[in-house]
Parts: sequence; C-alpha cells; structure tokens
Amino acid sequence: MRLARPHVALLAALIAGLAVAAQADERFHIGRAATPAEIKGWDIDIGHDGSNLPPGNGSVERGRVVFSEQCASCHGADGQGGVGDRLAGGQGTLASAKPARTVGSYWPYAPTLFDYIRRAMPQNAPQSLSDEDVYAVSAYILHLNGLAPADAVLDAKTLAAIKMPNRDRFVSDPRPDVP
Amino acid sequence: MSEQTTANRERRPSRRHFLRAGAAVAGGAALAAAPAAADTGNLPPNIPEWMKAPGAPMGDQPYGTPSIYEKGVVKNISKTLPQYLSASGRTPLQEVDGIITPNGLFYERHHGGVPTIDPAQHRLMLHGLVDHPLIFTMDDIRRFPSQSRIHFIECSGNPVYSKPYGKTASDLVGLVSCAEWTGVMLKDVLDEAGLQKEAKWIVAEGADAAAMTRSIPIEKCLDDAMLVYSQNGERLRPQQGYPLRLLLPGFEGNMNIKWLRRLKAVAEPVYSREETSKYTDLMPDGTAREFTFYMEAKSIILRPSGGQKLNGSGFHEISGIAWSGHGKIKRVEVSVDDGKSWQVAKLQEPVLTRALTRFRLPWQWDGTPAVIQSRAIDETEYVQPTLAELLAVRGVNHYYHNNAIWPWRIDSNGEVSNALG
Repeated sequence: MRLARPHVALLAALIAGLAVAAQADERFHIGRAATPAEIKGWDIDIGHDGSNLPPGNGSVERGRVVFSEQCASCHGADGQGGVGDRLAGGQGTLASAKPARTVGSYWPYAPTLFDYIRRAMPQNAPQSLSDEDVYAVSAYILHLNGLAPADAVLDAKTLAAIKMPNRDRFVSDPRPDVP
Repeated sequence: MSEQTTANRERRPSRRHFLRAGAAVAGGAALAAAPAAADTGNLPPNIPEWMKAPGAPMGDQPYGTPSIYEKGVVKNISKTLPQYLSASGRTPLQEVDGIITPNGLFYERHHGGVPTIDPAQHRLMLHGLVDHPLIFTMDDIRRFPSQSRIHFIECSGNPVYSKPYGKTASDLVGLVSCAEWTGVMLKDVLDEAGLQKEAKWIVAEGADAAAMTRSIPIEKCLDDAMLVYSQNGERLRPQQGYPLRLLLPGFEGNMNIKWLRRLKAVAEPVYSREETSKYTDLMPDGTAREFTFYMEAKSIILRPSGGQKLNGSGFHEISGIAWSGHGKIKRVEVSVDDGKSWQVAKLQEPVLTRALTRFRLPWQWDGTPAVIQSRAIDETEYVQPTLAELLAVRGVNHYYHNNAIWPWRIDSNGEVSNALG
C-alpha cells in the first residue's frame, strides 16, 4: 500500500498532463491574428467612463453650426425633436404621465453621446463627422440641456467629467415582478 | 385559408375590393384571389381549367415564390411611420401555420436600414480581454463545428403598454418569429481566442449604418449563444443580418446583433445608447430598469383572432402560439368564457426550449358573444399575467416586455375584435 501513493500521484500527474494537452488541442486554429492597427480602426466603442475617447476637442459654438447643418432637420433647431428623437429638456418629467426621455433627462453617461453620434449619426452619413465635430455636437446638445456652459470646449477629460442628472436612476432587472 | 375568410369572401364583396386595392390584412390572400361568385366552371361536376392544359414549365421560377393567390400574405408594415430606416415590420402571425416562420415573413427591426454586404469582404473581429485577438472570414466561421437549433426571436416592445392597441394578432405581437438557425456555438469561437478571466461581458457590434451595439453577459455567451449564418436552411436574408448574426435564445430581439462584425471582451458593459437611452424600462416612479434581457412567457390565440370572422356556430378549432425566453412551454390554458374557467390546450410536438409552441383546443361555439384568451405557463412555473396586472406594477410608460394575456371578443355575428381595444 505504501507504494500505491507514488503511483496515484504519478497517475494524477499523467491525467493532468493529458487534460492540458486535450485543452490545447481544443483550439481549432481557425482565423488569423488581428493586428493592433486593424483593431484600432474598428474599435469605436467609448466606455461610459470615457475610455477610448479620441484626442481633440470641440466647442459649443462650433457645435451649434454643425448641429444646424447636420442634425436640426430631424431633431429640430433646438433639439426639440421631429422625425428624430427629442434631445433636449424633459428633466423632471420621467415620473409624470408624459415622460420626455432626452439626453438631459434620461441618458446616464455623457461619453455615450460621443459614441452614438460618431457611430450612427447623421443617419444619412454615419461616421462622416470628424472627431472634433463629434465633440462639438456633443457639447452643443449638452449645452441645450443646461449641462455645459455656452463657452464650453469639451475633450476626452471634460466630457467624461460631466455627471448626467439621471445617472443613478437605473435599477437592475427584478423580474419576475408580476403578479 | 380558414373557413372564417371563406365566409368573408362570400358575404362581403366590399371587403374584397378593399383588399384588392393592396391592403395587407388578415385573409387578404384568399380574398384577393376570389373568383366571381357566378364563376362555377371549375367546380364539380365540371373539370377545372387547370387540368385541361399543361402548367408552367420547369425553370419558370428558379427561386420559388408563393402562389399568386397568396399575394396578400406579406409583412405587416405600418404606412404611417415617421421614417423607415429605423423601423419594424411584423410577421402576419394569423396567416402562418405551425411554429416555423417563412423567411420572407420573419419580422424585421433595424436601426439604420438594411445593408448590402458582400460576404467575401465581411470580417468578424474578436478582441479585447482575449489572449489571441482574431479576425475571421465567413469561410473561417463555417469551419467551426456547426449546430442547427429552432428558436424564436422577439422584439422587446411587442406590444407597448399604451393605447391604441392593434386590431389583429400581427398588430399586437407580430414582432415575434421562429426559425431553424444554423451556425456555430459562440463559446467555440471565444475559446479559440482564449477569454481572459476578467472578461465578464462581450460587446457585439453590427456592420450596419447604426453600428448597432449591445453588451452581452458572458454567461449567456458561454451557454447557448450562437453565431448563425443560415435560417431555415438557406443563408440569412439581408433583413436578418446576412451574412452573420448573433443569436441569443430568449433574449430581447435587438441584442441578437445582425450583420455582426465585432465582438469585444470587456470587464463591464459599455452602456451603449441602445442599452441606456433605448431598451430600458421606465417605471412609474421615474426609475428605469436596465439590462432586462429575457422575454417572459407569452401566448396569443391566432385563430380565431382580431379581424377574422367565424362562419356560424358549431365546431371551431382554437389555435395559437406560446413561447418563453426561460425555456420550454409547460402548459397553455384557454378560456372561452371571459376568464371564468380555463381548459388545458393540446401542445403540438415538438415542444422546444425558447421556441414557438403551437397549441390547439377544439371548441363548439354556441353563437352567443364570447371572450376567448390563452395563458402560457413555462417550465419555471411562471404564469403569463394579465395586462391589468402588468400595468399595476410597471405603468403605461414601461414600453418594453409586455407579455400580457390578450383576449379576443367574438360578437354574435362572428366578428372577432380586440377585447382590450
């Protein structure tokens, strides 16, 4: 029996080794490596904390011009909505009979505004605005909501620093909640 | 088509003309094709004209399409939407039998139009918290071990909580469809890149003009999530994400990212616009629920249903569909007396997890006004609630995840309408 222990240990080591080998073999070796340049070109995600925001900046003033040219036809001159969503106002309405879910009243994170405008707006030509103009339009929309002063110039740091009024009003899924 | 529409055809010529004008509503196909009432030349004892000459030759339709008499069976798309780039089109559920939705009738929801993607130029990038960031061609994806599974996909807002409620079953819950999907398990593809232990979410992104983006919890990605390239045996339709889409069985439709081009492993959700500003559920107190992934158990009677008409008293089969994002349908109960009593409906095999399940109940209608409705119970014992129960907790502005029981009213003349409308 005393000899059994080393055998067991050896066997265990062998099995572990086989398991590692089997695990290594689980890769199919399909696909090729993605290069850092390829990833940089495609990874347009901006974290809610502002991570991955690009260099550059944009002013409320410049944003007013870009907005009138690129956005106002759908969202209204002052972001009051039209064919496109209403973007401004509505703070304090979420618990009312007619809630207005706008950037200022509803969106929890300011960097998401940059992310969404860059990836999807304007609807007829997404990913066509320069990063500077995306910063500028973001700044203007935040200004329309009273969340940036008229002379604001936003960049990665200052955009991420804006605390959205509704940030702490989201709760996790409690379902089943009925009956 | 059903006897209900036959009744319409014979008794309501004005309705026929309305449908001929191109409106796509219940019974449209059979009605649009109706011969003139006096035309009995093809009926017994005469020999039908289509037996007296050869039909269309082979090759007439290289890709088959439905009979010309079914032209009215099309997606239910509102004619009054503010715009059609971010919009939805519904399955005409009451015109479809069984549990598999034909590809041409599968519901659509897209956020920046339908892109035309050359599969030879499409790539899937997998990066973030992985040991080996990878790029796959479509040929690469198809080399992974494949799977075929039958699952429904349902839009989260199907229907909303506020009036006006729709007239037909399609108006109400036409943003659900079901197909056999073929593709590969997402887990196999993630394993290929080597997930790091900090990876708790996968951000998925589409190659459409909305670059549609959602964060998916890693547990789902390693469970039954798939990357699919085929639907009901043929390659995905462009409207369904050709050439590649994410399939998250039981999760709300918009998370099943179409035209999938990128998967990024991350430690926490990205909080994209689509999971904060949209697809969150507003509560009466002004708070909002986020990451409400699962579609809860639901059912709807499709025959008879709103817009149809019963051709007199007597035998009628009640038939409908039930489904649950949490697994298999365990039981469907039907009431034909305005909810006073409930009978267990017969479930058509196969009853599959996170798939549409067809139920049926034979019924003798006595010709008096009636209210009929169904309720689904899934394998977790969850019972489909009433609209009143949902509204009491969630309020009218909740918007998404309405899985209410929906009753139909049958008048003494046989006309069926929305009892909550």
